[in-house]
Amino acid sequence: MDRVSFSVESRETVSIVGESGSGKSTIGYTVVGIYAPTAGEIYFEGQNVAVPVTKRPKSIKRDLQIVFQDPHSSLNPRLPIGKILQRPFKVHAARGKNKKGCGQRVIELLEQVELSPDYADKISSTLSGGEKARVAIARALATKPKLVVLDEPTASLDVSIQAKIIAMLYEFQQELHLSYCCISHDLSLMRNVANRIIIMYLGKICESSETEEFFKNPLHPYSQMLLSSIPVVLDEEEKMKPQKIQASGEIPSPVNVPAGCSFHPRCVHTMDICRRDDPVMGEVETSHFVRCHLYSQQGTEVVR
Amino acid sequence: MRPTLLEIDDLHVEFPIYNGCLKVVDGVSFAAHSGERLGLVGESGCGKTTCGRCVVRLVKPSAGRICFSSKHAGKTVDLVQPGKEEWKQARTEIQMIFQNPITALNPVFTIRTQFKTALQFVDPKRRQKKEYLVRAATALQEVQLPDPRRILKSYPFQLSGGMCQRVCIAMALASEPELLIADEPTTALDVTVQEQILQLLDALVEEKGTSLIYITHNLGVIREIAHRVHIMYAGTIVESGPPRELFSNPLHPYTQGLMNAVPKLTADVMSRGIPGSIPDYVKPPTGCRFHPRCTVRLPICEQTRPPFFPASEDHKVACFSYQKEA
Repeated sequence: MDRVSFSVESRETVSIVGESGSGKSTIGYTVVGIYAPTAGEIYFEGQNVAVPVTKRPKSIKRDLQIVFQDPHSSLNPRLPIGKILQRPFKVHAARGKNKKGCGQRVIELLEQVELSPDYADKISSTLSGGEKARVAIARALATKPKLVVLDEPTASLDVSIQAKIIAMLYEFQQELHLSYCCISHDLSLMRNVANRIIIMYLGKICESSETEEFFKNPLHPYSQMLLSSIPVVLDEEEKMKPQKIQASGEIPSPVNVPAGCSFHPRCVHTMDICRRDDPVMGEVETSHFVRCHLYSQQGTEVVR
Repeated sequence: MRPTLLEIDDLHVEFPIYNGCLKVVDGVSFAAHSGERLGLVGESGCGKTTCGRCVVRLVKPSAGRICFSSKHAGKTVDLVQPGKEEWKQARTEIQMIFQNPITALNPVFTIRTQFKTALQFVDPKRRQKKEYLVRAATALQEVQLPDPRRILKSYPFQLSGGMCQRVCIAMALASEPELLIADEPTTALDVTVQEQILQLLDALVEEKGTSLIYITHNLGVIREIAHRVHIMYAGTIVESGPPRELFSNPLHPYTQGLMNAVPKLTADVMSRGIPGSIPDYVKPPTGCRFHPRCTVRLPICEQTRPPFFPASEDHKVACFSYQKEA
């Protein structure tokens, strides 16, 4: 990750979109404290939490939760669901507090994700993909968090199951006043889910904008390449995509980032300056930021 | 009308398990014509991969016929129980590309060795090693891989997912098959790489006149690449037709449910999914396998499997609600 800055408001869904090696999952893990940043700050409700999770105050740990990408590997395949869901309570319980209320709370959590109480005794490896995803979400909600990082929550799910999980997540957001930081590679899904889209490439933010504005007017050449590559199902959607850009090359390794603008080897608009200088983030339209030399004359430079 | 290359008739596949028999494929019939591109679409567990594997004889059907029109054998070969010699000849004309390219390749051999093995198998005449390598290099160039010599010397772990999949496509197409079966070849890849692979497959298949059966759960990909799509649910085909027509006018309640659930760039409201869940394959529902989840089910749906009813010239649907009164 390289000089990434963004904010998430209360009850907002900010989506971080990118392909492999973009650093999107790394951001999510850093926000919840699994990784510590090499530099920079993370402010949660005014407090700087840019430290590993073990060093954070307990209340912050409860408020920031994560749903991991692959429910098959993030749930212990040998533990019953009840034990998996009890763990957050055991970890966050105040010292000496009686843990008897756990059982009831686990049943409440299961009901919240529309699983019957008898799921508490099932072993997670016997559940379907959609059921596992729901258990992973229930686990994240156990501590009544304020912000949940969703790392590709529906990536391994079928379309009809995905729709159900997304509807569920939306309902939780409204009822429980949650904010989401949703990490994904699926722009069509984010079109329907996010208030704000952030596009990442090789550890840097290329573009950041409100959702509707982004899809109407994608500015960065990488955003345009991404959008023009999405397979769509309707003719109306095809008309909304930018003109077909010949996607060329593959994403370089993050170990070997190209000089200047990291996207320049694959960009159709490369200029001399792109090979030399890394562009800075500029605000081109209200609340629409882009990091690209094509717009550096137009935009007001934002000190990031 | 193009000649029929592959015909699958009433295919059934069952897997015995500890408490019964999983009836995974339950009466699937379709045909692939020469130079045609077919899509086989459905969610997990619908049996689409199993059908593909039956064609290459990785899975044995419990009933039904698979007939392949083989040039090398000079006749139509029954792929369910072919003669030894017939199968030997027919198998060189069918190739398969698998879902995860890094695991499809053998991790302990170089690409060069794997290519040579693949080509030697298809081409029974013993040739000089050099000839195989020249053919391999040409194939790698056709899939737009730069520096074929370096790729040939590499092991699969040294290549990215996209490069491995291009290698798999090159290996599959180098033997100039009549029929290519691609089982979710771009699922494990990034979206921009997926776009490149699709365009590549499109161009190569068009150029060589290969027939393609593309198996996937991604409706958008099928819309781009296929002439015709079959929607599968719980081991049966429920609707067939040209992708653009089918997606803009889905007829079967399952297809409609799917289309409502797919997130779209137009930000049309996403549904809450399809109520219910896929059936138990050990004791599947009688009649139409979708009826327990169907909002428009009729009494006959519980008793009888619906046949196909034509909706238009090319578009047909297996649903009694489209049965026209005599």
